[in-house]
Amino acid sequence: MKDHYDIAVIGAGPAGMSAASLAADHRASVVLFDEQPSLGGQIYRDITRQRAADTAILGAQYYHGKILAKRLAASAVEHISSASVWHVSAEQEIGVTVDDEVAHLITADHIIIATGAQERPFPVPGWTFPGVMNVGAAQILLKSSGILLPNPVFVGTGPLLYLIAHQYLRAGGKIAGLLDTTPRSNLRAAVRHLPAAYGQAEQLWKGWRWLRDLRKSGIPFIRAVEDVRIIGTKLAEGIEYKANGSWQHLATETVLLHQGVVPNVNLAMAAGCAHQWNDTQLCWHAEVDKLGHSSVEGVSIAGDGAGITGADGAETLGALAAIGALTRLAKIDRNACIKLARPLHRIQSRRAPFRRFLDTLYQPAAQFRLPVDDTTLVCRCEEVTAGDIRAAIRLGCSGPNQLKSFTRAGMGPCQARLCGLTVSAMIADELNQPVAQVGAGRLRAPVKPLELAHLAALCDPE
Amino acid sequence: MAHSKTADAVIAGGGLHGLSTAIHLANAGLRVVLLEKDRVGRHASGANAGGVRRLGRALPEIPLAVAALDLWKNIEDLVDSSCGFQKSAQIKVAEDQKGLSTLEKRGQTLRDAGFYHEEIIDAKALHDLLPRVAKHCVGGVIVHGDGHADPFATVRAFHRKALSLGVNLHEGTPVRDVTRVDENWQIRIDQGLFTAPHFINAAGAWGGQIAAMMGDHVPIEGQALMLMITERLAPFLSGVVGAQGRALSFKQFNNGTVLIGGAYQGQVNMSTGTTTLDMHQLAANAQAAVAIFPLMRRARVARAWAGIEGITPDSLPVIGPAGQGGGFHLFGFSAHGFALSPISGRIVADLICGTHNNWSINAFSHARFPNQINASI
Amino acid sequence: MLRIARQPTSIVNFYFAGILIEAQAGDSVAAALLAAGHGVFRITPVSGAARGPVCMMGVCFDCLVQIDGLGNQQACMREVRDGMRVEPQDGAFDALPARPVEETP
Repeated sequence: MKDHYDIAVIGAGPAGMSAASLAADHRASVVLFDEQPSLGGQIYRDITRQRAADTAILGAQYYHGKILAKRLAASAVEHISSASVWHVSAEQEIGVTVDDEVAHLITADHIIIATGAQERPFPVPGWTFPGVMNVGAAQILLKSSGILLPNPVFVGTGPLLYLIAHQYLRAGGKIAGLLDTTPRSNLRAAVRHLPAAYGQAEQLWKGWRWLRDLRKSGIPFIRAVEDVRIIGTKLAEGIEYKANGSWQHLATETVLLHQGVVPNVNLAMAAGCAHQWNDTQLCWHAEVDKLGHSSVEGVSIAGDGAGITGADGAETLGALAAIGALTRLAKIDRNACIKLARPLHRIQSRRAPFRRFLDTLYQPAAQFRLPVDDTTLVCRCEEVTAGDIRAAIRLGCSGPNQLKSFTRAGMGPCQARLCGLTVSAMIADELNQPVAQVGAGRLRAPVKPLELAHLAALCDPE
Repeated sequence: MAHSKTADAVIAGGGLHGLSTAIHLANAGLRVVLLEKDRVGRHASGANAGGVRRLGRALPEIPLAVAALDLWKNIEDLVDSSCGFQKSAQIKVAEDQKGLSTLEKRGQTLRDAGFYHEEIIDAKALHDLLPRVAKHCVGGVIVHGDGHADPFATVRAFHRKALSLGVNLHEGTPVRDVTRVDENWQIRIDQGLFTAPHFINAAGAWGGQIAAMMGDHVPIEGQALMLMITERLAPFLSGVVGAQGRALSFKQFNNGTVLIGGAYQGQVNMSTGTTTLDMHQLAANAQAAVAIFPLMRRARVARAWAGIEGITPDSLPVIGPAGQGGGFHLFGFSAHGFALSPISGRIVADLICGTHNNWSINAFSHARFPNQINASI
Repeated sequence: MLRIARQPTSIVNFYFAGILIEAQAGDSVAAALLAAGHGVFRITPVSGAARGPVCMMGVCFDCLVQIDGLGNQQACMREVRDGMRVEPQDGAFDALPARPVEETP
């Protein structure tokens, strides 16, 4: 690893791979950091080491990642895997630990943050029992290890839920049930985006097919689920759900939750990049211009990390961010910038209506974002309940930082990744303020836990 | 709000020293207004290590620290809350003989002045008290009966007590200007004016700006002193530990997390009131921590931050009457003011109310800084 | 646990709480433990509750285990190695040197 690069890209998903390759094509010195041992991010997880015998299980969309990986391998990008970036500063300094062994502080003339998305927290009673996982976790197990979890119940809303359930069907996995929490009213609101989404008809058709196959498969497929409780003593043993006014029960040891993905904002927020609240996606979006430049000069944000756009959108935005960085560094001139960027902007804007349709249709219901049951854990790390949080707000905590000091919510190792959105939403709800006004908790480096010996070694030895 | 309001005392600054002053004055029956430009405890008061110590203090501060510790032991009487105060020994380790002799010499100086709280301990005693301290440490100094408290709980308690005593407290309200009119101070804020015979500058790192409005020159620098907290660790330490010759403070809370600090600085922006971390300096802080506690090598930092401390050239606070009558200064505690907060307000209240007291505060006078002819701003 | 048909790869043997586990090269510790039917990875320091993996991508910090004597390792971010000794993370990270783990025949 060198001390300095023209462009440092953080995250080797579609946005990061696309950005790094394009930047290297234009003779910038490029380093690509990713915390996984191999390329692909989450959507193309393990694409370079995929051993599934039947490619139909993971589907054609997944294998598109091979093209990105191949292009990257052929480029001059220095790809550093098992690299956990814990710090990015406004002066383009990067703190990174490689292989859990050595920490480094390096600099770049331009940084592209492409840290992608995570699943939205889904706080329901019992969500902390062993056996309760995100649906994305099930997909990672399938992609990386070929594992099919036994008899899971899928719970929630959003395209990824149906995709992964469909992958289980294709793989011959047994599913105990699918509890769909999409509110009925969402369809009415989403339908008006449908005509404009016709340009993405293939995607619509694919989604419709998944749902049709799932309904025809004979598994219990319950729609408009209003409430759920996961039950058990030490481990998950079953799930109770309320639909059509009555409570039912499914026995299972595996519950797979999903209500959409949200940007992974920790690194960008700690770097000081401005974010604003998006009321449709109900999450924080980085403030970026059309070439991915954030509010911090020299730092760009590309892909799902700026706002959820999907794998294809991430690939396009990664390329645009590279174009923006190359232009800023005068590696390409303004004319080249416009020539390269224009077709990408066109492609991206054609995707917007379908994205609006999905966002509206699958917007999670309020009762699954604001836990109704006060015993529900909100901060899993520090075991702070919804009731604890409401009590703290009533005692005068008017913002996430005060609430963190009062209750410890957000002080655990996950650094509010699993509770931050819930906390901001609950404060907004209790105080009758917009979430934009409540804000997010202040995030600072290190955004991943950092061993003291590694940090100490960054100094000259005594 | 009316164009002009009167009060008995107006305080600039809603950190712990401003809140302490408000509480003591309100207890004495005065009508008090407190003006805070951000939120109470937003800066140094909310971002410090919570140390309550007599250990290592400059001589003039020791009587104040002793009196403060008495209040901390019964802090419920003052603010209706324990503030998370716990007694804990404070220990400063010496890594070599030179360091130990420095501590011994200081111990003698203190004894000559009548203070016996700092006790030298040898290598055996040190390693018995701190079994995980680095093997090369040769001894140290210990103060029994010192302690630490929870800064956030303390700010919250002082805030609520002030409100319950009827203090007229305004957040988001910076002091714009201060002038003398007859025997009173006139304090201008965006929404109007306050008039009061007494005006107290408890504005922390911004105390120099307020002092200038009052006609006094006090050099003070805002510094971003960094702190780190680790993940929860199995218990291995009681007491608060520092090291002679190093800037290090180190303590383990009941929840197992370890707080590491020192005098390592990040960057400060005084106009936005924000700080940024300096990773190279933080690395030096980590190096000091693992040198003294090698077992910490594999422990992980969960978060780092930096508050804004007001540091004076001699690292002593500015306490006492201002140049003009009825004005008072109470700021510049240079990263060691938390412990003194219960007593600092009492000192100012005693001065205002003419209560008999024997506070020796000459060493803290604003006049100790050489005067300069004021520039235009 | 069921695995889909895949091109073969080598077997990796490691230990969890002294129990021998057979995994496949490229498995994360978390995947290997789940495949072997072990769902409880740790006991929380706050309340002693049992926890297991949630996200499999390094975000949730619930899959913490002790690997070769070092605690608080995210099992989903570490690949299995022959002879690796994994233990559940019992509460807070213990900074003191780990006692040698008992050999199992």
